[in-house]
Amino acid sequence: MPYIANTKEDQQAMFETIGCTDFADMWRKSQVVVPEPALANIPEGMSEFEVISKLRQLASKNATELHTFLGAGYYDHIIPAAVSEISSRSEFYTAYTPYQPEASQGTLQAIYEYQSMICRLTGMPVSNASLYDGGTALFEAMMLAIRSTRRRQVVVSEAVSPIFREMLYAYSSNLNIELIQIPSGVDDSSQKALLDAVSDRTACVIVQYPNFFGTIEAWEKFNEKVHAKKALSVCSTYPISLALLTPPGELGFDIVTAEGQSLGNSLNFGGPYLGIMAVTTKLMRKMPGRVCGRTVDSEDKDGFVLTLQTREQHIRRESAMSNICSNESLCALNALVYMSCIGKEGFIQLAELCASKAAYARELLLAIDGVEAVGGEAFFNEFVIQLPCDAAEVVGKLIDKGFAAGFPLGRYYPDRKNQLLVALTEKRTKEEIKSLATALEAVL
Amino acid sequence: MKMKYYSEAHEWIMIKDNEATIGISEYAAEELGDITYVELPIEEDDVTVGDTIGVIESVKAASDVYSPIGGTVTEVNAELEDNPGLINESAEKEGWICKLANIDVAEIGDMMTPDAYVKYLKSLD
Amino acid sequence: MKLIFEKGKKGRRGSSLPKMDVPTKNAVPEKFKRKQAANLPEVSEQDVVRHYTLLSRKNMGVDTNFYPLGSCTMKYNPKVNERVASLPGFTELHPLLPQLRRGGALTQGALEVIYETQRLLCELLGFSDCTVQPLAGAHGELTGVMLMAAYHKGRKDHARKVLLIPDAAHGTNPASAMVGGFITQTVASDDNGNVDIEDLKSHLGPDTAGLMLTCPNTLGLFDPNIEEICELVHKAGGLNYCDGANQNAVMGRVTPGTIGFDVMHVNIHKSFSTPHGGGGPGSGPVLVGECLVPYLPVSRVQKRDDGTYTLRYHCADSIGYIAPFYGNFGIILRAYAYMLTLGREGLKRVGENAVLSANYMRVKLAPYFDQQVDRPCMHECVLSATPQAKKGVHALDIAKALIDRGFHPPTMYFPLIVPEALMIEPTETESKETLDEFIEALIEIVNLVDTDPESIIACPLTTPIKRLDETLAARKPNLADV
Repeated sequence: MPYIANTKEDQQAMFETIGCTDFADMWRKSQVVVPEPALANIPEGMSEFEVISKLRQLASKNATELHTFLGAGYYDHIIPAAVSEISSRSEFYTAYTPYQPEASQGTLQAIYEYQSMICRLTGMPVSNASLYDGGTALFEAMMLAIRSTRRRQVVVSEAVSPIFREMLYAYSSNLNIELIQIPSGVDDSSQKALLDAVSDRTACVIVQYPNFFGTIEAWEKFNEKVHAKKALSVCSTYPISLALLTPPGELGFDIVTAEGQSLGNSLNFGGPYLGIMAVTTKLMRKMPGRVCGRTVDSEDKDGFVLTLQTREQHIRRESAMSNICSNESLCALNALVYMSCIGKEGFIQLAELCASKAAYARELLLAIDGVEAVGGEAFFNEFVIQLPCDAAEVVGKLIDKGFAAGFPLGRYYPDRKNQLLVALTEKRTKEEIKSLATALEAVL
Repeated sequence: MKMKYYSEAHEWIMIKDNEATIGISEYAAEELGDITYVELPIEEDDVTVGDTIGVIESVKAASDVYSPIGGTVTEVNAELEDNPGLINESAEKEGWICKLANIDVAEIGDMMTPDAYVKYLKSLD
Repeated sequence: MKLIFEKGKKGRRGSSLPKMDVPTKNAVPEKFKRKQAANLPEVSEQDVVRHYTLLSRKNMGVDTNFYPLGSCTMKYNPKVNERVASLPGFTELHPLLPQLRRGGALTQGALEVIYETQRLLCELLGFSDCTVQPLAGAHGELTGVMLMAAYHKGRKDHARKVLLIPDAAHGTNPASAMVGGFITQTVASDDNGNVDIEDLKSHLGPDTAGLMLTCPNTLGLFDPNIEEICELVHKAGGLNYCDGANQNAVMGRVTPGTIGFDVMHVNIHKSFSTPHGGGGPGSGPVLVGECLVPYLPVSRVQKRDDGTYTLRYHCADSIGYIAPFYGNFGIILRAYAYMLTLGREGLKRVGENAVLSANYMRVKLAPYFDQQVDRPCMHECVLSATPQAKKGVHALDIAKALIDRGFHPPTMYFPLIVPEALMIEPTETESKETLDEFIEALIEIVNLVDTDPESIIACPLTTPIKRLDETLAARKPNLADV
């Protein structure tokens, strides 16, 4: 069914109006004269029932019953039922970018509230309306630093998500940007080496908080030193951890980005996700992406509107701050409703659950013969353990027993072949943690 | 002695004692409408003729400001940061953008005198 | 309406969490803890639901109003798409699972969705291969130009730094070209809205990396010289990029991959019926001809001989990772359901009906407005409100008057080369009755311009707010309540 309303009769009436006899005549008169394709390899259409059956069957081939301790930046958190109920209201999801503010106050106020929520969470004064995902947000942060400092060197810690770093590399390849990667320990991001790499050509230093290995570090003094060299400091963070941790805005970061999936968005096999970006007031007018502002109408009533649009491509074209011309509005709405539901107290309670379960799991796993600690003095919900053998192999064996036991670090850090990154969320029960420990012991 | 010249891009330049003050013309300010933001040049920056030294923004447009002359930026009009509308109110006096030193008056070249600029504006209508 | 932060009361809760079943003891040292709790709302679940339900009612959407926003293809979003996208077998799937040993076997359904979507897009658009990784249309553009850069680099043809872009192009094209490391040059349009071939020729040379062309173009016209244009660029050593933002017009009728284009992106949220979501998430798959296949981003889904699927992470010439995983999978899934539902015959009906509706609009409204080009259009028609503007009523005013009459306005002031532009894209899913109601409303407004212009300039009157002070918003930005 092609969802076309007009009947043959309607079409005939319309042909008469436009002076065509049929579709072939219409194409000819519109000067579409290229050969018509056969599309022979596209199957016949299916009924709604058949489509659902087919996709149900495909969905059933995917494993979702695993006990998952897999995180690495993407986490399996609880999502209150109200979140999808709201974002599946079609007044939200069938609207487009709020170009006509009078007809879009719902979306606009939601974006303004989202920006406010991100500011409250990160301790930064300005947030945009969201970007595609955490990785592209980090790239945009790097470009913002480059624009703002007019320097083209970027220092990035290897304790920043390797998934994000791969993206930074891909995007930088044509842009004459010098990316310097600094090897990192688990327990600290080699702050001294990072600082040593900062020169008068450095636009920014990029770190992660907590770092990719789960470790929480002190950044205040570091950021002071970065600023002393007139470079900017950028951090990628994990929003749920900020329920407990000092917000990055108080640590002196200039640009804060995050993958916002954990705030009310499903894992969805990789997307859609939510790119969070918050910046200092000084960087506001160079920030990429949409942004919503509060103003008044002709009767002095409060209202919301897209603003600072001169940064954007539809006005600046090739000198725009970015080529981005959308935001992940619906994912931002999910995050907003999520944070509203979880609430001030609930957010702390949730983070305590994650952190306590992580501490408990680590203790249990370290009690297994042959399993050793790697760092782990200060962590939130994710930590690294050393196994006596290849972690990838162990994970493979545990998959058969129904566990996604964690992320083997060897894929991105060849010298960490035996190390496993384990993540805990509030969803994992004590029983599941215990059975993971038992299963791990059995396969070692 | 003060000398004032205009460019075809509607910038004005006032030269006095080997120092140049730069701004945009009243005509340009009117064309842009309500100015919402002015990105100012950076003090101590060296600029050459034609360099972008700033951006003037209204709600739906952004226009680069090009330096009509080379030199070193000695002062920027910081008041524009808080009150960009000053350009709408007084584009050719209080709404100046920056001052340059180390200029070469020969670079004025074929910029227009005030009279010539008025004629130029008429030709645009 | 109050903000969510202004509602609620200390201690009020809107969610329940599992019990703490392990010792309350964590490894976050005191010195790293925040001194003050993040100031999130303290509201009940009902507060939250009522607040956002009320907000939703301050929006126009495709499900509530006719939404002929030109260049955005606001077609109906079928509900079956939403149904399949919410299946837990998809929503709960961790993207790193295939990277775990033996994890690939547990994601076969999802990998098949990606593989099959890519295959169907290739068939429908006439290309050799596809990546669904780009997360939006603009992201697809960037991916496309990165592929072009990699191609020239791969041939050690380092001089090719210039991308040619017609003056009618959307601003995203030059912006994407810049982020991809190219310099842009503008090609003029001729009096018929087509690429000015002589001007194009004058730009072609050893520095030409390629041409970035929106097809059909932003005036809603199909360039009849398209094959000649593509050939000229090829002869000069460049590649042809098709911005497929307007593919809905020629869906099932034109396969860009077979008429000279080497690479294109399509906007899944336009032509393939996935929701616009209030501005996103979108999805912008990129399709390529044989010459660009080696450069596609990793990871790539491949089908083994035994019919199972796997991911390939290492391809020597690949541009690398442009997205964290496999694109906006949830959106791709909806597009897959859409293509399955329509099938070959249905897909062919899309373009022709979209074009029929737009031309019907054009013919009915032409007597009341100026037209840049008087010839049959594609899926959208561009009218110019210059006759009204001369009487003091601008495109913006007409747009606001439409809101009061229950219609979302068309795109205004785009393309830039048309003064007082109103760009109307009705899409194939709207009925003739709806089109007629819209046409009548627009004619009524035009008549009022003569008899009572003040009543148009005063619009909108029926909305939650009146016209906003956008100058204040930009001068003194208030971007957050903290």
